[in-house]
Amino acid sequence: MVFFVILSIVLMTVDHRENHLEKVRAALSLVVYPLQLIVDIPRTPIQWASDSLIPRSELENELERLRTQELLLKAQLQKLISLESENRRLRQLSQAARRLSDEMMIAELMSVDLDPFSRQIVINKGISDEVYVGQPVLDADGVMGQVVHVSPFNSQVMLITDPSHAVPVQVNRNGLRTLAVGTGSTEELNIPYIPNNADIMVGDLLETSGLGGRFPTGYPVARITSIEIDLNEPYARVSARPAARMDRSREVLLVESADLRRQQVGDEGAPE
Amino acid sequence: MKLGENAKPQGSIIIALSFILALVLTIMPLPELIEPFRPAWVPMVLIYWSMALPNRIGVALGWLVGLFLDVATGALLGQNALALALLAFLTLQLHQRIRVYPLGQQALSVLMLIALYQILVVWVRGIIGHPPESWLYWMQSLTSMLFWPVVFVVLRGVRRQYKVN
Repeated sequence: MVFFVILSIVLMTVDHRENHLEKVRAALSLVVYPLQLIVDIPRTPIQWASDSLIPRSELENELERLRTQELLLKAQLQKLISLESENRRLRQLSQAARRLSDEMMIAELMSVDLDPFSRQIVINKGISDEVYVGQPVLDADGVMGQVVHVSPFNSQVMLITDPSHAVPVQVNRNGLRTLAVGTGSTEELNIPYIPNNADIMVGDLLETSGLGGRFPTGYPVARITSIEIDLNEPYARVSARPAARMDRSREVLLVESADLRRQQVGDEGAPE
Repeated sequence: MKLGENAKPQGSIIIALSFILALVLTIMPLPELIEPFRPAWVPMVLIYWSMALPNRIGVALGWLVGLFLDVATGALLGQNALALALLAFLTLQLHQRIRVYPLGQQALSVLMLIALYQILVVWVRGIIGHPPESWLYWMQSLTSMLFWPVVFVVLRGVRRQYKVN
């Protein structure tokens, strides 16, 4: 008995402080993987059935909608391409570090429940698809979280709304830098350390600042929803709503950024 | 329960299957509203087996199952292992008493045992800095108590049917 208690305590300490146990966890999760597949099964045929039972008119409507959307996006993209090249020229002029473009990989959520009191999800890409610990995860609207454990065929993602997660962000309007800390609720992020006199407004968009080296710069994170100023306290109480659709997205994007990968491997990769 | 004192142990597969089923039930998706009310399936199955077969099921198995539970739920490695090893130990100490209780009283003991398991888990989580903030966390003990008669009757049926001893 005492032996197992000590063993568990040693295990927990090592797992909490170091990352040596990632391999052990990956090996053990290989055993758990079939169970996760079993749990995931009921979803697949149901989705297939509902997909193949959509009436033709609805499909045509959707096609129409997607076509208009594509047209709009293409128009915006034209502008973006010229802006990007202009940006690159200007950056070359000012000798600033060039921002590498990021590659994306699409992964799908597995419907597996983890601990209900922390915000984590399981996605169906793992070591075999070159997912690494710390890789940022986005959905179509914004940042969702980062990979915390990888196993051979799937990986666990901690969402930015997890109470133990924080993202370095900046206000898109004026570059004010701060942190966005999870609260455990899918609808709310807490923004601590905003001084009472800071220039921040309800509706401001927070985007990743790229400080901290995990998340690439410039992806939307959240929008400010409320600011409460209490003059007796040093900081304002600010909360924001995540831009990503935390509990509704089925597909997520894994960002592969050469910069970050290099840092992960351990080479010098400090920008600027 | 005295049937198989001299027989060879058998039915390991049944025991393994019951734990696998408990793990599957633990990670099965539920609507977010009722998620905190999910009974602690794995600890309950462990309590049953260590009560019914105290000379086969013990602390080591509890620890191993806990490790898998940790991996499956993405918890700190060793957290559930510690809690379940202690749970198995306690059940082994108490098995002769709990065994002869009527079902209702048994459910109460299960409430106490699962609550103790939850206290251990919350303690570990507090130490690493993220304890669950909602009181709903403790609902798991209550729903486990309510589901205990079902688990007990089903597992006893299975044990008798397949002569696990």
